[in-house]
Amino acid sequence: MTSYLPPSERIWWKVPVGKQEIIWIGIALVWCLIMFFMMPYWHVFGKQNLSNEAYQTTPAKFQARVDEMVAKYQVGEEAGIPIVKPPVGSDVYLLGRLWQWYPILELEKDKSYRIHISSMDWQHGFSLQPVNINLQIVPGYEMVVTMTPDQAGDYAIVCNEYCGIGHHSMLGKIYVKEN
Amino acid sequence: MAQFRVCPDSGFYFDKSAESLMKVNAVAGAVSLLIAGVLALGVILTRWQEVHLLPADLFYQVLTGHGINALIFWIIFFEIAILYFASSTLLRTRLAAPRWAWLGFILMVVGAVMNNVAVFQGNSSVMMTSYAPMQAEPHFYLGLILFAVGALIATFVFFGTLVIAKDDQTYQGSVPLVTFGALTAAIIAVFTIACGAIILVPTFLWSIGYINHIDAEMYRIIWWGLGHSSQQINVAAHVSVWYLLAGILFGARPMSEKVSRSAFLLYIFFLQLACAHHILVDPGISAEWKVFNTSYAMYLAVLASLIHGLTVPGAVEVAQREKGLTKGLFEWLRKAPWGNPVFSGFFFSLVIFGFIGGITGVVMGTEQINLIIHNTIYVPAHFHATVAVGTTLAFMALTYLLIPVLFRRALFLPWMAKWQPYVFSAGMTIMILFLLGAGTLGVSRRHWDMEFTGAALSFEYPGTAYMMMAVGAIGGVLGVLGGAMYLIVTVGSLVFGKKLEASAGLLQSFGVPLSSGVYNVAQPEQLPMAPKLAVEQHGSGGFEAPGTFVLAMALLVCFVVYYFINWDYLASVWPIS
Repeated sequence: MTSYLPPSERIWWKVPVGKQEIIWIGIALVWCLIMFFMMPYWHVFGKQNLSNEAYQTTPAKFQARVDEMVAKYQVGEEAGIPIVKPPVGSDVYLLGRLWQWYPILELEKDKSYRIHISSMDWQHGFSLQPVNINLQIVPGYEMVVTMTPDQAGDYAIVCNEYCGIGHHSMLGKIYVKEN
Repeated sequence: MAQFRVCPDSGFYFDKSAESLMKVNAVAGAVSLLIAGVLALGVILTRWQEVHLLPADLFYQVLTGHGINALIFWIIFFEIAILYFASSTLLRTRLAAPRWAWLGFILMVVGAVMNNVAVFQGNSSVMMTSYAPMQAEPHFYLGLILFAVGALIATFVFFGTLVIAKDDQTYQGSVPLVTFGALTAAIIAVFTIACGAIILVPTFLWSIGYINHIDAEMYRIIWWGLGHSSQQINVAAHVSVWYLLAGILFGARPMSEKVSRSAFLLYIFFLQLACAHHILVDPGISAEWKVFNTSYAMYLAVLASLIHGLTVPGAVEVAQREKGLTKGLFEWLRKAPWGNPVFSGFFFSLVIFGFIGGITGVVMGTEQINLIIHNTIYVPAHFHATVAVGTTLAFMALTYLLIPVLFRRALFLPWMAKWQPYVFSAGMTIMILFLLGAGTLGVSRRHWDMEFTGAALSFEYPGTAYMMMAVGAIGGVLGVLGGAMYLIVTVGSLVFGKKLEASAGLLQSFGVPLSSGVYNVAQPEQLPMAPKLAVEQHGSGGFEAPGTFVLAMALLVCFVVYYFINWDYLASVWPIS
């Protein structure tokens, strides 16, 4: 009957704390610190970290970059969307818009690419399946992520940020080929 | 001028105006929960791919309404009732500025109705987050703004009531722990509402054409100061409710006032940093900012929750052991009143919040691990463990306690009330666990069709993902049934429940005061300090609550194992830098 009554001791902050709580707080604090230091640790030793690199942009500017890349490196077409095979290590431009990811990319296994992603209209979600890498794509911002596909295969980009009535039909593709 | 009544069963004193305000706020909350629950069914039965009930437009509309009614209106109405209870009732004081409190309530109702109208009209299916530049109708935002202003007024009425109690010396010593926890929630609420105003007012002006551009990233950062912090109000509020229920059910006292209050203080300082959880895979945010904020500055708010995780059940264990339930580690728990929905609701809320909601929250809030979880259905699974079970079930348990005390009605269909926490917890737990699984397989949240009908390209989720969504949906339907049982019991009690006070009629259930003769106390006696502790040690080896310690260690082991499993999973995806 006391959690909702004033504490029994007026100077309650001087009442000594029990052994059980002190031990638990100690253990919990150690765990909290371990979890905290795991993040910087992963930045140094882990292989999955986002860069801090991003730029403000406009839909028109970004579209121009994409078009330029498509014109240079298009190797095919699928469902009316160009398939682009950019050179290894190059800057690759991918845009999200209502409701498609453009263009389709063809990448080489175990090679790194600087992938720039932006949105032409509303917010979109870049969800690479079945790898399950998820990024938030925000209009006006160009995010740069260096990706190194380490398995060959067909991958889909699902949009996982709600973007209106056609959201569920917004799919893209990345093909990763053995070199 | 007598204005208090004393509840003969509980001994609580109710100020006349505070009593009416608590009732109307609780009822408004229940109405919001009803809307949210009905809409939940539409969401569940659509995401169950084999049923796929609603067309896309209706699905997104229903999902928007479900989110706002459940996460904002139900919880905040109920929290305002709790604030008035924790100040006026617990401190035996009159409510500050009841007219302002009514104004706040009216604004909240008008705002909630306006927002719901906007959503049901169909041109504001923008989800609870309403991310710019997707635009809703102006009255969608205006409704939210009015609701927030009303809630802010109520928060200041709460602060004022604390001041009056202090001035009138209605209590000895310091405020009770439960009131301290409510104060924590109220302070967080002010921060939350300030963020809401900073982002929603310009967004409203944008929707009517006075501002031509809202930066989408700025919107996200400030909006989450509202969106995430409002869930932190819930944490502080439902932890306070846990302490209250432990006190009322078992006569439990906090194991240490200093420890529990320090933990609340850590919430005030650090909990809001977690707004960063939503920004971890956004463009242009530095890693240092993410690491510091997402970890609440070295997980100090998680530390606070881990402390409450020990001290809340620990307080119950100590109280039970003092009553002679000292056999083994768990006699105190085995012989707890499992048939009383106040206890079972409280205990399930605590366990599911801690073991599922807490652990998944910290894991997915880890900067890099968020890459494999962001915007998958893992996220709603997590927050249904924290908010739909942790907060909502704690409030349901409290309702069963308040119906006789505040509304002066006996429970309607007590057998249904007895089973309600079991049905609700079982259903929600099934749903949560399977949606966590589906999220790990990459199934997206807020998505109408996991078969991508009509898409130019194609992709197929594995069969397991479909199975998990289906089982999760069955759990969800069971959860909705549990929610319906709660509403049947509460509304039934308010309308048909046996009157414990002759004048507790239908109108009285909805805010009209009882007959004036009942309010026969001018000013209650000063609230005494809790009785001093008898110097008698139970438990073993200097541990007052050894059973709880074992449970806490079990939680920690689950936490550590699951945390590193997720790092391992992350290590298997494409290298990114």
